[in-house]
Amino acid sequence: MTKPQQDRAQDRTNVLEVANLVVHNTTLTAVRGIDFTLPAGGRMGLVGESGSGKTLTALSLMGLLPMGWQANGSVRHDGVDLIAQSDKALSSRRGRTLSMVFQDPLSSLDPVRRIGQQVSSVIRRHTDAGKKEAERQTLELFRLMSLPRPEQLMRAYPHEISGGQRQRVMIAMALACYPQLIIADEPTTALDVTVQKQVLRLLNTAVQERGSALIMITHDLPIIAAMCDTVAVMYAGKIVEMGPVAEVFRSPRHHYTKGLLESQPTMDNIALDGSSRLASIPGMVPPLHSLPKGCAFHPRCSAATERCRTEIPQLEPGARRTACWHPIAAPAEAAIQAGVSAS
Amino acid sequence: MAIYVLRKLVFFLGAIFIASLAIFLLIRGAGGNVAAVVLGKGATPEAINALAHTYGLDQPLAVQYFDWVGNMLSGDLGRSFRTNERVSDLVTARLSVSIPLALSGLILGLLIAIPVGTYAARNVGTPSGAILALVSQIGVAVPVFWAGILLSLLFGVRLGWLPTGGWTDWSVSIWGAIRSLVLPVLSLGLIMAAVLIRYVRSAVLDVMNQDYLRTARAVGMTRTEALLKVGLRNASLPLVTIVGLQIAELIGGTVIIETVFSLPGLSRMMLANVAAREVIVVQSTVMLIIIFVIAVNLLVDLLYGILDPRVRSSR
Repeated sequence: MTKPQQDRAQDRTNVLEVANLVVHNTTLTAVRGIDFTLPAGGRMGLVGESGSGKTLTALSLMGLLPMGWQANGSVRHDGVDLIAQSDKALSSRRGRTLSMVFQDPLSSLDPVRRIGQQVSSVIRRHTDAGKKEAERQTLELFRLMSLPRPEQLMRAYPHEISGGQRQRVMIAMALACYPQLIIADEPTTALDVTVQKQVLRLLNTAVQERGSALIMITHDLPIIAAMCDTVAVMYAGKIVEMGPVAEVFRSPRHHYTKGLLESQPTMDNIALDGSSRLASIPGMVPPLHSLPKGCAFHPRCSAATERCRTEIPQLEPGARRTACWHPIAAPAEAAIQAGVSAS
Repeated sequence: MAIYVLRKLVFFLGAIFIASLAIFLLIRGAGGNVAAVVLGKGATPEAINALAHTYGLDQPLAVQYFDWVGNMLSGDLGRSFRTNERVSDLVTARLSVSIPLALSGLILGLLIAIPVGTYAARNVGTPSGAILALVSQIGVAVPVFWAGILLSLLFGVRLGWLPTGGWTDWSVSIWGAIRSLVLPVLSLGLIMAAVLIRYVRSAVLDVMNQDYLRTARAVGMTRTEALLKVGLRNASLPLVTIVGLQIAELIGGTVIIETVFSLPGLSRMMLANVAAREVIVVQSTVMLIIIFVIAVNLLVDLLYGILDPRVRSSR
């Protein structure tokens, strides 16, 4: 069953086409109309502060929004509009053509089922594989994720293995059926710093091996720089800047992107004696229920003018897109230092 | 797992020992001169002493306690002062009423509570969810005897479908015995269900917000499927504990139900013997019930160990 899917995936150019996606509940609108496309096998980073709508965007693509939240707009994937699908229709895609890796691997795995069973049941659900074959494929996935002693791991429970191993199991589960797209939502924030890099490296090679496209959600810019081709920067529910990773990080055009890049700690700009040169963006992300008029970033922006206070800037078309009335023209050398060298 | 079981067993035996001591001291401590109370006001001192001597009531308390425990361990639960019947015979004769009553009541309660509680959790915040919550709240507030009386009025008196009370023994007619148990089981089951629905609802609600349920859906289950396949197994963990705790409530409920429907069960026998100051009968019967309750809780703990791998390896 996976083979024809791969063939079909190659026929199309885009694995995902998102147009005017809005995510809201009865009182709030958390994602305020975003558009982007992701080519087959492409890798996009989604960055932004907490509350910028990254996770709700991801969950709406999967049809996994929490109770009370609703998505509007269109999300084309594999020839259908995901937004219009029923839970049943979507469920047959989840884990097969679309997968997701969550932030906390301990709470995300079923505590009372053996790990081998949790992974192999995904394979059995979506393919014709029998019990034996599914177990064989599970072992293969565990080896792909460099998990130690895969045979014993099959019979282990989630609480019996380390956090890094749990997240590798989650990734194995997400990749089990060669999905066209895998969404990783802050896959390393809940892990020890020492294993973060290892997990990312394994995710990177495994995604490549399985030929999946990747959406990487994080607020850690060096991770995006290392793993993605394009990046979309979100602020208060909108994409404010997007483009090829190297270009956006080398010469950010939106003042928020520039601020984000400059507030990344590196060995150069961090000092323990208090004389830190690490910049921070003044102010806070506005709460969703009282977004400022015009550009949502204007109260925190040094370049804001009267126009920014009244009119909402739209993302201009093209490969390099910015939603700003006064985009930065010159390359900011500091940003290269801050963003790319740390990776 | 072996250590876990062993620890639970040690705890089980310890709890039984403490319970036996507590029962003995409470009953003896409250009674005054037991023989005098049993024989009543007009008894001569000679008669009182004779009775006391026959049953060892003139011995020091410690000796009496060890006699009682020793006899229990060898299977002798003692005899009634008045009728000289064996307590073990008295008890077994009543179990054929009490066990079917309590067990069916519990099962009926669970059969109602699990689907209704799950439904209520899934529909939280909607009118039907609110109505269910209200109905179960009313159910909790209704005393067991009142539920029994209402049911017997409706099905027994008004409709005449079932007996309003009394007992047809299994040996006389199995169908008759079942008929006399229907209304008592229904009353007990409904009251149990009302209590359990709230626990099921909150256990399922808790599970619904867990990340692993979202994962189950992320790998291809529908909302309902994830809840039934992954959610209920996890929700059953707190429920097993609750059911264990409800066993004590259940026995309390049978005391009332057996009285309302005039069933010759264990609880009613015990009430009568308390009134008659049958110290040994009460002491031994209460002990049996306590052993039963503690044993159920031991079973619950062991079941918990089977259902939850985290318990097995951590404790």
